[in-house]
Amino acid sequence: MIPALFVFAYLAIVIYIGVFAFRRKIGEHPAEDYFLANRSLGQFVFLLSLFGTNMTAFAILGSSGHAFSNGIVTYGLMASSSALIVPLSLFLIGTRVWAMGKRYGFITPVQMFRDRWECGHIGTVITVVQAALLVPYIIIGVMGGGTALYAISGGRIPFWIGGAVVAMVVMIYVFFGGMRGTAWVNTFQTTLFLLFGAIALVVIGVGMGGFGNAVNELLASPSTSSLLTREKVSPLFFFSYTFIPLSSINFPHIIIFCLTAQRMRHFKKTVILYPICMLAIWLPAVFLGMAANRATEVPAIQTKLEARQTLATQGATLTPDQRSELRAKAAGDDILLRLLEHYAPLWLAGLLGAGIMAAVMASDSQILALSTMFSEDIFAFYEGKERFGERAQVVTGRIFVIALTIIAYAIALKFPQPIFDLAVQYAFSGYSAMMPLLIAALFWKRSTKWGALASTLWAAASVAAVAVFQSVVTTPKVVWSIGGVEVLTRTPAGTAVFGLLPVVPMVIISALLMIVVSLMTKKPSEVAVGRYFAR
Amino acid sequence: MKRSLLVIAIIALYLAHQDFWFWRATAPVVFGFLPIGLFYHICYTLVISALMWALVKYAWPSHLETEGRDT
Repeated sequence: MIPALFVFAYLAIVIYIGVFAFRRKIGEHPAEDYFLANRSLGQFVFLLSLFGTNMTAFAILGSSGHAFSNGIVTYGLMASSSALIVPLSLFLIGTRVWAMGKRYGFITPVQMFRDRWECGHIGTVITVVQAALLVPYIIIGVMGGGTALYAISGGRIPFWIGGAVVAMVVMIYVFFGGMRGTAWVNTFQTTLFLLFGAIALVVIGVGMGGFGNAVNELLASPSTSSLLTREKVSPLFFFSYTFIPLSSINFPHIIIFCLTAQRMRHFKKTVILYPICMLAIWLPAVFLGMAANRATEVPAIQTKLEARQTLATQGATLTPDQRSELRAKAAGDDILLRLLEHYAPLWLAGLLGAGIMAAVMASDSQILALSTMFSEDIFAFYEGKERFGERAQVVTGRIFVIALTIIAYAIALKFPQPIFDLAVQYAFSGYSAMMPLLIAALFWKRSTKWGALASTLWAAASVAAVAVFQSVVTTPKVVWSIGGVEVLTRTPAGTAVFGLLPVVPMVIISALLMIVVSLMTKKPSEVAVGRYFAR
Repeated sequence: MKRSLLVIAIIALYLAHQDFWFWRATAPVVFGFLPIGLFYHICYTLVISALMWALVKYAWPSHLETEGRDT
C-alpha cells in the first residue's frame, strides 16, 4: 500500500501544478489562452511537454511488454524509427503550421484546412474522423490508470476506483488549467519518467546481479537467444513500422501543441533533442523487458514464462479459449511493475510507480485537443462564438472536458480492453494515412478540398475495414493469394498485406487519392493559394 | 549544395534503419551487455540527433519566423 501512497502524493502535486502553479490573468483572447496557453510556451516546456504528450502508457509499459515477448527488435521497430520521423516532421511540418497559426490565428489544424482549401463541411468531416480515431486513446488512458493503481497498490485499490481517481485528476487540471496547466503537468511528468527510467534500470540491474549475466544467460539458452536478435519479425514487417511514426504529427493533440510555442526557434532544441529523449525513455524500457526473461525468481514472471512455453509446445492442440487465456497470462504489459515490486525497496517502488503513473496519464492532452476541436471546429464554426461570445466558447470547451471524461470512464468500466487495444492499434495507421492532408495543404498548391475529403474517407474506411477483418478472421491464415503470392494474411498479431503492415498501402493509396482527386477537381482560388505560397 | 547533401543524408539514414546485416547476429555483445543489434540502433539514434542539429544549423526555415506575427 505504501507505493500507492506515493502515487496519491504525486497526483496531488499534479493537481497543484495543473491548476494553481502557473495561472495567469485571462487576457483579451480567453479561447487562445485556454486552448493554446496564449502561444507562449518557452523552449524547455515546449520540448518536455511535446515529448511527454507523444509518450503514452505504451511507451513505458507496452514497450517493456513487447520486448519481453520479442526482444531487442522492439527498439528498432518503435523507438529508432520514431526518433527519425517525428523530429523530421516537426522540422518540416510543425514549423510551417506554427507560422500559419501565428499569421492567421488558427487554433486547430481543421481551421487551417478550411482556410487553405476554402471548405466548410469537409472540414467537419475531417474533425469527426480525427475525433473518432482519438477517443479510444482516452478510454485506454482511463483503463491504464485503473490497472496501474490496482497493480501498484497490490490489488487493494479496485480498478473502478483507480480509473475514477485518475480520470478525476486529469479532468480537474485540464478543466482549470487548459493548455498551460496541461503543458506544465506534462513537463513535470516527462522529467519524472526520464529520471525514474534511469533509476529503475540501475536498481533492477543490480538486483538481477548485473545485466551482463542476464544477457549471457539469455544467449546460452536456445529458447531465448533469439530475443537478442530480430529474427522474430520479418524485414518487411520491420520496414513497415517506419510508416507508423508518420501518425505523430497528424494527431490533433500534437499539431495543436505545435501552435503553443512562443517563437519558432523553440522548435530547434525539440528537433535536436527529441531522438535523445527517445533513447532515454525507450532503451531502459526495452532492455528491462528483454532482461526480464531471466528474472525467473520473480513468481509472476515465472508464471508468464510457463504460459509462453505451454503455448509454444501445446498451442496447436488447445482450444481457441485456452490459447487466449494463455496469451493473456504470458502478456508482459505489467513486467516493469513486477520487476520493481521484486527488486526495488518499497519507497523506491513507490517513487517509480509515480513515474509509471506519469506515463499512464498521457490522456490529458488528448482530452484537451478534443475539447479544442469541438469548441473551435464545431461550436465556433457553426456560429456559436458569434452568438454567445468567446467566453461562452471556453465554457463550452470546459463542459466538453467533463462530459468526455465521464463518458470515457463509463465506457472503460463496461467494455473489455482488447476492443480498444485494437482501435488504438489501427488509429496509428489511420492518422498515418491522413499525412497527405498536411503535406498537400502546406507544400502542394494544386491540392483541393475534394482530394482532402477522399484521403480522409479512405483513412476512416480502411481503419474500419482492417478492424472488421480482424474481428471476423480470428485465426492466423492466408486469406487471399495470387499465384503463390500472399496478398492478404491474418497474422497472430494483426493483418499483413503483401507481407507489410496495412499502414503501408493505407498511406500510399491515401496519397494517390489526394493527387488524382485534386487533379480532377477545381483548384482553390488564387487568393487562398496566395495566402500560403509566395508567388 | 548543403541542402542536397542534407536530403541525401536523410534518405541514407532512413535506409540505414533497415540494418539487415545484423538481423540474426547475437555477437559481439558490446560492453558485455548490449547485443550488437541494439547497440547499432542506439548509435543510429545518436546519429539522427546529429543530423537534426545539421538541419537546424544549415536548413532552418527562418523566413517562416519573420512571416508569422512573432511576438
